[in-house]
Amino acid sequence: MDLYEYQARDLFEAHGVPVLAGIVAQTPEEAKAAAEQIGGVVVVKAQVKVGGRGKAGGVKLAKTPEEAYEHAQAILGMDIKGHTVHRVMIAQGADIAEEYYFSILLDRAERNYLAMCSKEGGVEIEQLAVESPEKLAKVNFDPNEGITEAKAAEIAEKAGFSSEEVPALAEVFQQLWTAFSSEDATLVEVNPLVKTGEGRIIALDGKVTLDENAAFRQPGHAELVDESAEDPLEAKAKANDLNYVKLDGQVGIIGNGAGLVMSTLDVVAYAGEAHNGVKPANFLDIGGGASAEVMANGLDVILGDDQVKSVFVNVFGGITSCDAVANGIVKALEILGDTATKPLVVRLDGNNVEEGRRILAEANHPLVITADTMDGGADKAAELANK
Amino acid sequence: MSIYLNKDSKVIVQGITGGEGTKHTALMLKAGTNVVGGVNARKAGTTVSHKDAEGNDLELPVFGSVSEAMEKTGADVSVVFVPPKFAKDAAIEAIEAGIGLLVVITEGIPVQDSAEFYNLSLTKTGPDGKPATRIIGPNCPGIITPGEALAGITPANITTKGPIGLVSKSGTLTYQMMYELRDIGFSTSIGIGGDPVIGTTHIDALEAFEADPDTKAIVMIGEIGGDAEERAAEYIKANVTKPVVGYVAGFTAPEGKTMGHAGAIVSGSSGTAEAKKEALEAAGVKVGKTPSETAALLREVYSG
Repeated sequence: MDLYEYQARDLFEAHGVPVLAGIVAQTPEEAKAAAEQIGGVVVVKAQVKVGGRGKAGGVKLAKTPEEAYEHAQAILGMDIKGHTVHRVMIAQGADIAEEYYFSILLDRAERNYLAMCSKEGGVEIEQLAVESPEKLAKVNFDPNEGITEAKAAEIAEKAGFSSEEVPALAEVFQQLWTAFSSEDATLVEVNPLVKTGEGRIIALDGKVTLDENAAFRQPGHAELVDESAEDPLEAKAKANDLNYVKLDGQVGIIGNGAGLVMSTLDVVAYAGEAHNGVKPANFLDIGGGASAEVMANGLDVILGDDQVKSVFVNVFGGITSCDAVANGIVKALEILGDTATKPLVVRLDGNNVEEGRRILAEANHPLVITADTMDGGADKAAELANK
Repeated sequence: MSIYLNKDSKVIVQGITGGEGTKHTALMLKAGTNVVGGVNARKAGTTVSHKDAEGNDLELPVFGSVSEAMEKTGADVSVVFVPPKFAKDAAIEAIEAGIGLLVVITEGIPVQDSAEFYNLSLTKTGPDGKPATRIIGPNCPGIITPGEALAGITPANITTKGPIGLVSKSGTLTYQMMYELRDIGFSTSIGIGGDPVIGTTHIDALEAFEADPDTKAIVMIGEIGGDAEERAAEYIKANVTKPVVGYVAGFTAPEGKTMGHAGAIVSGSSGTAEAKKEALEAAGVKVGKTPSETAALLREVYSG
C-alpha cells in the first residue's frame, strides 16, 4: 500500500523524523483555516499518488490564508495524470538552502535492504541513477542489523557529505530506519531531504510503501486505506477475501493459483487477437479450495462488471480434485440463480478430470460450456465476448 | 537421482497438529515421504495418528523443538505450515537448529520477517563454510521428487519419475506443467515461491539440476516482478549445458498492481514479462507463449 504525502509526513513525525507543519484539507475553507493555524507562507500541495504534480500545477505557494483558499479551490478536483485530487496538504513554507535525496528500500535481488543517498535531491532519482550514477550512493545492509550510527555515517560519507555535515544527516537516517522497520515499510523515500538556512535537516516530501502482509501486527494501517480511491469491485472482492484486480476488458477470469491466473490472462489476451481484440476483464485467484461459496462470490464480483461479456473459469485440480471443483461450479450457479447471465467457459484439468467433466455434462447448465484445454477455453471465451 | 530431496530424507513438520499440517502430513506420507515427526511446543510428548504409504497405522511423535526432533529422529528436512504470525519464529528455530532443508509453505509472511530469517541463515554456516540451512519459499508449494518424497503441498499423483527438472515461482502453473508432461516425468520439481524475498532461487535450482545426472532437461517458470529471471538467463548462458525451456506469466498485468503473489508486481518499467522473455531468449532459452506451447517446446528439445 502506497501512502499519500500527508500520511507519510504524519508517520515520519510519529517516529521522530524532523518534518514541517502540515495539515490535510478537503475544502478551500479547511485549507484557509489550516494556513491560518500554521501562519506565514504556506505551500498548497495536491495529494495524489503520482509524480510530476508540480509541473501539473498541483503545488502552489500562498503568502496569505486567502491565497491558500484560492489555490486549494483551483487544485482540488484537478486531474493529475488520471488521478483526481480530493485533498491538499497545507505545508509550512521552508527556507531551503540545499536539497538532498535519501531512501530505504527492499533489495529483492540481494534479499536485504538498500539505502540510497545523493547530494542532488529534488530531481527524478531514476534519471540521476542513469545519467550520473556516481552521484547516487548505494549501501546495502543486513535487516537484522539495521541502520546503526556507523552505517548511517557510512551512507552520508559515501554520498560525499563533509565530516561536519555527517552527524546531523546520520541522525535523520537512523530515525527514518526506525520509521521503516517499525512500520513494516518496503519503501521510505525522502525527496527532497532539505537543509534549511539555519542548517536543520528536514524531510520535506516523503513516499512510503507499507507491506500489506504485516497488517496483523499493524492495526493502525487499516485507517490509512483510502476507500474513496478504491475501485468498487475491488473493494467488494476484498470484503469477500478474494484476490481480485480489475482490468479493462471483456472476458471475466476465474482461476486457482496466482501464476495460473496470470497465465490465463495472457492466454486470453493472446486468443483475443483473433476476436476483435477482446481482453481479460480481471485477475481473480480463488485459491486451492475452489468451494461453491468462494466460486459464487467470485462470479458475483465478476458479473458485477458491466463490461464483462463472457467468463472463463480455468481451474487445475490438484489437492482439490476436479469433481469437487465441478460440484462447486454447479452449486455456485444455483446460489447465483438468475443473477448469472453471461456464458461460462469452464476448463478443468488435473486430478479426477473425467469425473469433473461428467458432473458438468450431467448438470447441463445452459450457461456452461466446457473446454478440454486452456488454449481452447481461452479462444472460446474470447469468441463469446466478441458477440 | 534428484536434487535437495530424496527417499532417504527424514522430514519433520512444524505445525503438524494444525489443520493444514495434519492434512498435508497425511498427503506427504501417502506420497512415500519418510515423515518422522513434528513440532509443537504446546503438545510436546504427544503423538499424532497417521497412515504410511502402505496404509498401515503410524503414530508420529510431536516434539517441543526442532533441535529435539532432529536429535531424536535424525531429521534433515522441515516443512513449515504455521500461520504468518508465527512463521518467522518457526523458521529461526529451524535455522538455529541447523536443519539442512527448510521448506516454508506459509503464505502472507511480512517481507521484513523473511528478510530477517533469510539473512540469519547466511550467518549460520556448516563445516564447508556455506549456510547450513537451505530455505525453499516462503509462499511456495515446496519440493517433490516423484516416487521418492514430497516436502510441501504439490499433488503427488499428477506425475511420475522422469528426466525433467522443473523450477517455478508459481504453484498451480507448476502442477499444470507437470500434468502436461506426465508421460515423460520429473526428476525433481521445486516451487520457489512468489514472495519478494525467497530462499532458493531459480539460479540455485538451475545449478543443482545441471549437476544432477538424472536431470536431462529443465523447465523454468517465471512471472512478473523483480529481476530473478533476467539473472537466471545470464546464469544459463554461462553455466547450463542442458536444454532449458521457459515460460513467463503476467504479460497483461498492469503496472503497480500486485497480482496475487506479493512479489508479482511491475514497478515502473522494471519486472515486466516482456523483459524476462527477451532476456531468456537472448540466453538461448525457448520461451512458450502458453503453458501448452512450453510443454511442446520441451518435447522438441528433449528427445529421450
